[in-house]
Amino acid sequence: MAKTRKFRIWRGDEQAGDFQDYDVEVETGMVVLDAIHLIQAEQAHDLAVRWNCKAGKCGSCSMEINGKPRLSCMTRMNEYAPDETITVQPMRTFRVIKDLVCDVSWNYEQNKKIAPFKPGPRDADGNYRMKQDDVDRVQEFRKCIECFLCQDVCHVLRDHEQKEKFVGPRFMIRLAGLEMHPLDTADRIPKIKEEFGVGMCNITRCCTEVCPEHIGITDNGIIPLKERVVDRYYDPLRILWRKLTGKT
Amino acid sequence: MADIDELQQFEHDVLVIGAGGAGLRAATECSNRGLNTGLICKSLLGKAHTVMAEGGMAAALGNVDSRDNWKIHFRDTMRGGKFLNQWRMAELHARMAPDCVRELEEWGAVFDRTPDGLISQRNFGGHRYPRLAHVGDRTGLEMIRTLQDHGIHQGIKVYMENKALGLLLDGDKIAGVLGLWRETGRFALFKAKAVIMATGGGGRAWRVTSNSWEYSGDGLAMAYHAGAELMDLEFTQFHPTGMVWPPSVRGTLVTEGVRGDGGILLNSKHERFMFNYIPERFASETADTEEEANLWLNGDKEARRPPELLTRDVVARAILAETEAGRGSPHGGAFLDIASQKPPDVIRRKLPSMYHQFKELAELDITREPMEVGPTMHYFMGGIRVDHDSQQTRVPGLFACGECAAGLHGANRLGGNSLSDLLVFGKLAGIGACEYAASLPSAPAPDAGQVQGLMRSATDILNRETGENPYSIHSDLQDLMQAKVGIIRNQAYLEEGLDGIDQLRTRTAGVKAHGTSQYNAGWHEALDLDPLLITSEAVARAALLRKESRGAHTRAEHEGENEEWGNRNIVTSKAADGSMQVQVVERPAPSEELRAIATATLEELEGTAS
Amino acid sequence: MSDATTYAVGGHREGFAATLREDNWWIGPVLTLVGLLAFVIYATWAAFAGNHYYTAPYLSPFYSPVVFTYTTAPGAAPLAHSWFGAWPAWWPAFLPASPALFILPFPGVFRFTCYYYRKAYYRAFSGTPPACAVGALPQKSYKGETAWMVFQNLHRYALYFALLFIAFLTYDAFISFFKDGKFGVGVGSIVLTLNVVFLTCFTCGCHAFRHLIGGKLDCFTCDAGSARRHGAWKRVSLLNARHMVWAWVSLFWVGFSDLYVRLVSLGIIKDLNTWN
Repeated sequence: MAKTRKFRIWRGDEQAGDFQDYDVEVETGMVVLDAIHLIQAEQAHDLAVRWNCKAGKCGSCSMEINGKPRLSCMTRMNEYAPDETITVQPMRTFRVIKDLVCDVSWNYEQNKKIAPFKPGPRDADGNYRMKQDDVDRVQEFRKCIECFLCQDVCHVLRDHEQKEKFVGPRFMIRLAGLEMHPLDTADRIPKIKEEFGVGMCNITRCCTEVCPEHIGITDNGIIPLKERVVDRYYDPLRILWRKLTGKT
Repeated sequence: MADIDELQQFEHDVLVIGAGGAGLRAATECSNRGLNTGLICKSLLGKAHTVMAEGGMAAALGNVDSRDNWKIHFRDTMRGGKFLNQWRMAELHARMAPDCVRELEEWGAVFDRTPDGLISQRNFGGHRYPRLAHVGDRTGLEMIRTLQDHGIHQGIKVYMENKALGLLLDGDKIAGVLGLWRETGRFALFKAKAVIMATGGGGRAWRVTSNSWEYSGDGLAMAYHAGAELMDLEFTQFHPTGMVWPPSVRGTLVTEGVRGDGGILLNSKHERFMFNYIPERFASETADTEEEANLWLNGDKEARRPPELLTRDVVARAILAETEAGRGSPHGGAFLDIASQKPPDVIRRKLPSMYHQFKELAELDITREPMEVGPTMHYFMGGIRVDHDSQQTRVPGLFACGECAAGLHGANRLGGNSLSDLLVFGKLAGIGACEYAASLPSAPAPDAGQVQGLMRSATDILNRETGENPYSIHSDLQDLMQAKVGIIRNQAYLEEGLDGIDQLRTRTAGVKAHGTSQYNAGWHEALDLDPLLITSEAVARAALLRKESRGAHTRAEHEGENEEWGNRNIVTSKAADGSMQVQVVERPAPSEELRAIATATLEELEGTAS
Repeated sequence: MSDATTYAVGGHREGFAATLREDNWWIGPVLTLVGLLAFVIYATWAAFAGNHYYTAPYLSPFYSPVVFTYTTAPGAAPLAHSWFGAWPAWWPAFLPASPALFILPFPGVFRFTCYYYRKAYYRAFSGTPPACAVGALPQKSYKGETAWMVFQNLHRYALYFALLFIAFLTYDAFISFFKDGKFGVGVGSIVLTLNVVFLTCFTCGCHAFRHLIGGKLDCFTCDAGSARRHGAWKRVSLLNARHMVWAWVSLFWVGFSDLYVRLVSLGIIKDLNTWN
């Protein structure tokens, strides 16, 4: 059953822009991205929006819907009251290219700074061996689809614009996935403290709230990294113990 | 038109088009070998279609069932492809896949584990043994992220959101690519000694598809225009299980892993109908009673496999037959039920993204209720014709790998063989391109007239005063292909389809995109129309020519496989006058060794390989 | 929001608490603010009161363990309960003679540096940010927990003390079942027992505890010791997933326990028990 729904979509570029109103005939089961596609096909051919898989697997269609960072392909229209106007705008933390599309290249630059996975030697038969119990933690972080909604909502990047001092939640869990990997031999703790800025996070957990993959970014990723940094740099007894025994 | 010297220019030894699994693997190989490597992709890095692959990558590691070896994988692949696969490619794939999977692990992929701590493997349609290395149901994500994270440290120069408009030639040799920055609408000239196509398929020409907007057949069309041959395009795989409800997600993939992990197919009468559709070729290896199928599910190694795990072509046709006989589900599909087969926590652990996909998009809990599924356009077995070992096309310097290349899968692809295809042939194409680039005495120079022609036809779409809406043309093409070049084909439909494509081509000549050149979705849509139409025409022409039913190609008036056609491939190329030319090419005989393996019994092959 | 609110490129509102969110995002921070303030005010008052914290066999958790006792205060612990006897002469006159002042700093610091409470008060008190995608309180230079807040990293030391206090409170709960050497059960015994249970669930779900017990290991299965720690880590993780719930339940209950003892000691309510 088609019903007319009201949309307010931000149109513009890096310089200027404004919200524009659209009416769309939507059908049962549609998500916000479907409505945007209808507007694109029928009313605003040049409306810029990123999307790919339309099933919450690729993380392309991130935007802010009624003020909340969401994947538009996983936001169902029936979440909103039938007479509610749905406001759609690009992510805030990144430079707007056009309409709903942002320049997210900063994220790719951060990833390059992270030392890659460095496994130890293989077993004699050419295999690596790890138990499922050991990889469960790492696999949670590897569910990340790089939608960058966590980067968008993180107030360190969003409000305080500290992009030089903090790599953001996405790369904190990438680091956690490497640091907790049972085969990895590289040490990233010094950089996690300094360059990547784990101390900038004040664990207000908005990254976890918006994660469409339901990754425990804060509790399972960032806080354990903070604790590992404490082990190395802040725990006086542990530091004393290391000094006395010479062990690391 | 501007002088091409004023264009933004980039130079590379090897340029890869497409950043899915195959493109990233090829670029990594070239970069590792010290070549200056560039990679251009239509979307952001890490968003390519590979990310949607769910079930796993097939490789005869033998971790779960030690009887498995490359010969049995090879045999399964040939049987699944109805013996139309390129023998040598199927051999290389089966032999190399295990090491490619281990290599991926070394680069950081974290696969699910066996109790011994090895890479776990799951069952899938057409594979005799549990063979798919996997990570829950997000294996493609794991693969692309691993290659991406590994690749960024290899010195590959990545050009994101850059659409390749056409291949540039110097005489008959590859000289580069003309690209378009989606963000600014500016052109970029990429000079390269060798170009590797890794652009995927063209499923976006159909209405019900699991493919994203990117799958517009760009690579096939570019290679075709540059003089390469396309092959086996009539074989378009309809995945049996796409979502059918609600309408806006119709076609979205439901992984074969659901059946691999025990899911069963039921019709509206609650009958497990797949028992009625077991082809003769697979009868001896398929369970014929529910009791035996259940034994297999519970790990009885002597039991035969349930019929839900027959090859995709068979299952897709069976679902279609059930719905047409009036035994379909309420929204025109079949019921896929795992809730009655596995406990909820197992379902949530092994199929987490399916659980969420249905929960959030269809408001259905798959741990309690059956899903509704139906066939969806999924994959091109055919593609650019390449040399079996080097992956080079007949255009010197042009290589192809992954879904856009033809050969490995024959008439039907087995689930799980595509991800391993990407790794194996991505690597081989990389090696091939490196060797070719090293052998060139000097860098070829792109033809200026060709560059200007490509730029002109792209900007004409923006510049003309009025014209047709690109979205309507695309939408009409999708309806046309769905109706006329679908799962079950016949001569009349295919001819009507070709007529329709002709009319759409005329309309496309006058297409108009409104707005500026900056990130203009309508313009990008219009630019995808030519590749979509080339691809659609090539599929329809090849389908019209092949007068038999084999694998994914079903002709209503030519039932069953025809032995003569089993020795023929259909090759498509651009004739001198610009028209599309379709030829039947006889297949070379395989080596005796490979033929013997392909026709051997399982007992003869178990535990034989070295 | 008034119409005067500025919109940036992208259509986002600028300024503190600015947002296009249409849900009642402010309820969370307001409830946190009210809840925490109410507790702090009550706890401060109760601690400074220095009286009515004991009525046999119940001891208020705010006052446990009794280090010194000022026996002349009404409802004070008897001398026998005090570790170091009577109130010391060196105690400065401007501070009330309340044994709670020796105790409350420890759980106070534990809760202040707790990874859950940090979220709660950063949102509710310092507006960094008040809620997700809602404008943060503008700051000249946000430093997170790198500058003076770096002390948050010593949360684990607060944990060590908190574990010690669990032992004290367990003892208190145990002896609350014995009045004049006779076993029995009173509402107060149950209140104090639940208090220990809730505090244990909160303390053992602590992120620092989760790290120390096993989270710091990269391999859980490499030897027998790490396998045991993995089991412990998994159990701690279950509690940790509900850390917020335990934080509030235990906070409320510890305050309620004090209030209960206080009201009984004041004679305002009667403790139902098996002894009378």
